[in-house]
Amino acid sequence: MLTGLFIILLIIILIATIVYGKRLIKVEKIDAVFGNPERSKGGYHWIIAGSCSILLLWFYFSWDVARSFFPNSANELCQVAKVRDSLVSIKYVFPIEQKTLKSSDFIKRENRNIELLNNQIKQSSIANKDKDKLIFLLVETQSLIKILSDEKYLNPEIKNKVLGVANQIDSLSKNIQNKNYPQFDSLSSEEKIAIKKQGFWGETGAEVPFYPNTKFGLKFDAASKELNKIVEQFFLIKNNSEVFEKKSKELDSVIENYRDTLAESQEVETQFAREVSKIYGRVTRSNIFPANVLDPVEQSVVRFEEVQKKEQGSLKIIDTLLFPGGTVVASGQTCSEQGSGRWLPKPTDTLKEFLHLLDPNQGYKNVPLFWYEMMGINKVVDFILPDWIADLVPGKYPVHNNEGKVISNFKSNVLDIVTGNFELFSIPVPSGHIWDSFLRVFLGLTLGILCGVPLGLFMGLSRFAAGYFDPLIELYRPVPPLAWAPLIITVFGIDNSGKIFLLFIVSFAIMVISARAGASGTQLSKIHAAHSLGASHWQILKEVIFPNSLPEILTGIRVAIGVCWGTLVAAEFLAGTTGIGFVENVARKYMQYEVIWITIFVMGLLGLLFDIGMRKIINKTIPWRGKG
Amino acid sequence: MSDLVSENLNMVFTSPKGETVHAIQNLNFVLKKGELLTVLGPSGCGKTTLLNITAGFLRPTSGKITLGGKEINGPGLERGMVFQQGALFEWLTVADNVNFGLRMKKEDPKKIAEKVEEWLEIVGLQGFGNTPTYQLSGGMQQRIALARCLINDPDLILMDEPLGALDALTREKMQSLVLKIWKETGKTIVLITHSVEEALLLGQKLYVMAPRPGRLHKEYQLPFAKMGLSTDLRQIKNEKEFVKKREEILTMIWNMEEEIMGKDI
Ligand SMILES: Nc1ncnc2c1ncn2[C@@H]1O[C@H](COP(=O)(O)OP(=O)(O)O)[C@@H](O)[C@H]1O
Ligand SMILES: [Mg+2]
Repeated sequence: MLTGLFIILLIIILIATIVYGKRLIKVEKIDAVFGNPERSKGGYHWIIAGSCSILLLWFYFSWDVARSFFPNSANELCQVAKVRDSLVSIKYVFPIEQKTLKSSDFIKRENRNIELLNNQIKQSSIANKDKDKLIFLLVETQSLIKILSDEKYLNPEIKNKVLGVANQIDSLSKNIQNKNYPQFDSLSSEEKIAIKKQGFWGETGAEVPFYPNTKFGLKFDAASKELNKIVEQFFLIKNNSEVFEKKSKELDSVIENYRDTLAESQEVETQFAREVSKIYGRVTRSNIFPANVLDPVEQSVVRFEEVQKKEQGSLKIIDTLLFPGGTVVASGQTCSEQGSGRWLPKPTDTLKEFLHLLDPNQGYKNVPLFWYEMMGINKVVDFILPDWIADLVPGKYPVHNNEGKVISNFKSNVLDIVTGNFELFSIPVPSGHIWDSFLRVFLGLTLGILCGVPLGLFMGLSRFAAGYFDPLIELYRPVPPLAWAPLIITVFGIDNSGKIFLLFIVSFAIMVISARAGASGTQLSKIHAAHSLGASHWQILKEVIFPNSLPEILTGIRVAIGVCWGTLVAAEFLAGTTGIGFVENVARKYMQYEVIWITIFVMGLLGLLFDIGMRKIINKTIPWRGKG
Repeated sequence: MSDLVSENLNMVFTSPKGETVHAIQNLNFVLKKGELLTVLGPSGCGKTTLLNITAGFLRPTSGKITLGGKEINGPGLERGMVFQQGALFEWLTVADNVNFGLRMKKEDPKKIAEKVEEWLEIVGLQGFGNTPTYQLSGGMQQRIALARCLINDPDLILMDEPLGALDALTREKMQSLVLKIWKETGKTIVLITHSVEEALLLGQKLYVMAPRPGRLHKEYQLPFAKMGLSTDLRQIKNEKEFVKKREEILTMIWNMEEEIMGKDI
């Protein structure tokens, strides 16, 4: 209901923005010629139109439009699909959706097999006696096919049985056109209970409810049940005339006898005999009929199909229009969405799932997406301060005295502090999958910047550094970051340190190269000016070369953020227990399409936020870029 | 006695291809304290090279330049330089550009601020202290460059085509400013230019250099700079003497250029 209103609202907004935009174009024609870059500015209403279009497409292809306006349509399509499912096996016999009659197909194939085997036997080097025997058996087998195909040998009962099946289908065709069909109670008591229990389309547990919810559905459900029985009867009709039974029994024993006479050493003969026996088996089990015997059933099925299609009425239109890229399919005891409705989750469901994931008590795999937890300040101190600080304090760690007590001294107190061995207050610390991913990128990137920028500047200013470090950087830089992952995971483990190190080496190379380009691109006249203004080397580095490289460095950071973010998600895909990439990987295993799309969305959004942030920083810190 | 003296100065460059260029050959001159020297010559005759050696950015191949008897071997505060363009620090404000040298010396911030005010007034930019330099016009930028150099109180001011990139009007104003500063501070100035008029107008002394190898071709003592301190510059340009000198030097340079062309063909 709400979704429906929202969709209508989207359509209205889309139309309104398009109309508004079109009007504006008429006005703009006066002051802008084609090719004038001004013409691409200020199209905010088009941003809205674009967003609405994307949302609408999403609603449409995920079949959310169908669900919000015709909530019962999937259930009804499921009942229709049941009918289709009942007819699949019988249609397969006839050239209705297949190109050829199944019997003809079989005969063509087996005739070819017989011919091939025949040639092989003739050309083989086995004794003539065996050749003759095997070829005789083949010819006999082929004659079985002849018997089955000849109406002359047909058991007269069969024609009646076939007509009986055809009549039943025809009467069903007539019945379902009756408004009151089914006149009998087609639902078992268990089914009636199940109908009450089953939810609506999309409610958790039932993707598409299986049992009929509407009168329309009931009709198709009942028809499919009747069809199932008729089809069962049809497949009980066997083409087993007396002549065939007698002949096949005879042949069976002949083949078996011959196979028994073969010695173990006669491998080739045994192999041929086995092939003959296989063909014989397939022919006796084939249940093929003379060409036109089954025609009445075929015709009745075709008639039924026409009727049931007509009976679908407006549902057929809904199916084609509102279920793009697939439809509802029934198989056995389930109905499911097949096609775009399956892998493209509905916006409504996705939003629900997102809110569910955002709920800190739920999260994903017991970790919230983004939340905070209270952490003792001691743990924070332990994390930040390295333990070896205590070792630097003069003196010795206390030992126990002869009263069996250990009296702490200044050195041991320092150790207590740096190892977090104290109780104070707690502070909130962010946590969750998104935060974990963010923190990894942040730490890896910061390390990369802190190490890469100085080295890059050094390389831009010194022949020694440029030459000495060049092979190292240039050799490892072109390696795709993930190629390092197996090694790094082995050395650092799957937890944070490995990923941070991976991101460090990724961002390090980028930062070195950009800082180097920045430093070596400093205009000589600026350096000269600084020299003649009395600046020392350190001052020139700090006041001239560094600011001058800042544009390159910031651009480098921007690139590095993008690469790090991509690498991280892929690395989390490989291993780990938290992070946005981990969430997607687990969701992939369980085919949770909603969660997959949410992670994709979150990644896109975070990437965008990083980039916007960087652009803001760049505009703030280096407005003078390119204006020297 | 802080004269600028060049003794047998030679500068030979070797290009990456292995050709040698004799940028300066046996250059000898003496520039007295407080003199204003302009250097003129076709491009490639070693003007910038001479200035770079004087500033200490380059070491001569042989010979030496001394200032006040001390041999120059490195940049120093006593020699200030004004570049053609692009040597301002565009990430700093006008004031921070001007006081750059003082900040490097870590002078008292209060004193720095006072001096900056004073110099901005001299070059006619009072009130622009907090403006980013990239927002100013080319003429204003050159005033900043001038102030940035002069605030350090150097003995010698070196200018490499400082007005080359300016439009005619701004250029004339800047020429007056240079003369005014020369008069008020009494500094020794070496100014390189490719404009004959400018060389005549500003130069108390004028060296015309010839290329390949770069050498001193002719030397003039001129009255116009002194005149310019009190008279309108445009009036001087119309004086008979001025016009005569201008034509003479122009012909000289034309001949030089023709000679180079001939050599090339
Ligand atoms: N670093 C250098 N390496 C090689 N040749 C140079 C270098 N600097 C200048 N030259 C050459 O020295 C000559 C004089 O150059 P320069 O002093 O720049 O002339 P200008 O009078 O135009 O300022 C030119 O021929 C130039 O090609
Ligand atoms: Mg030059």
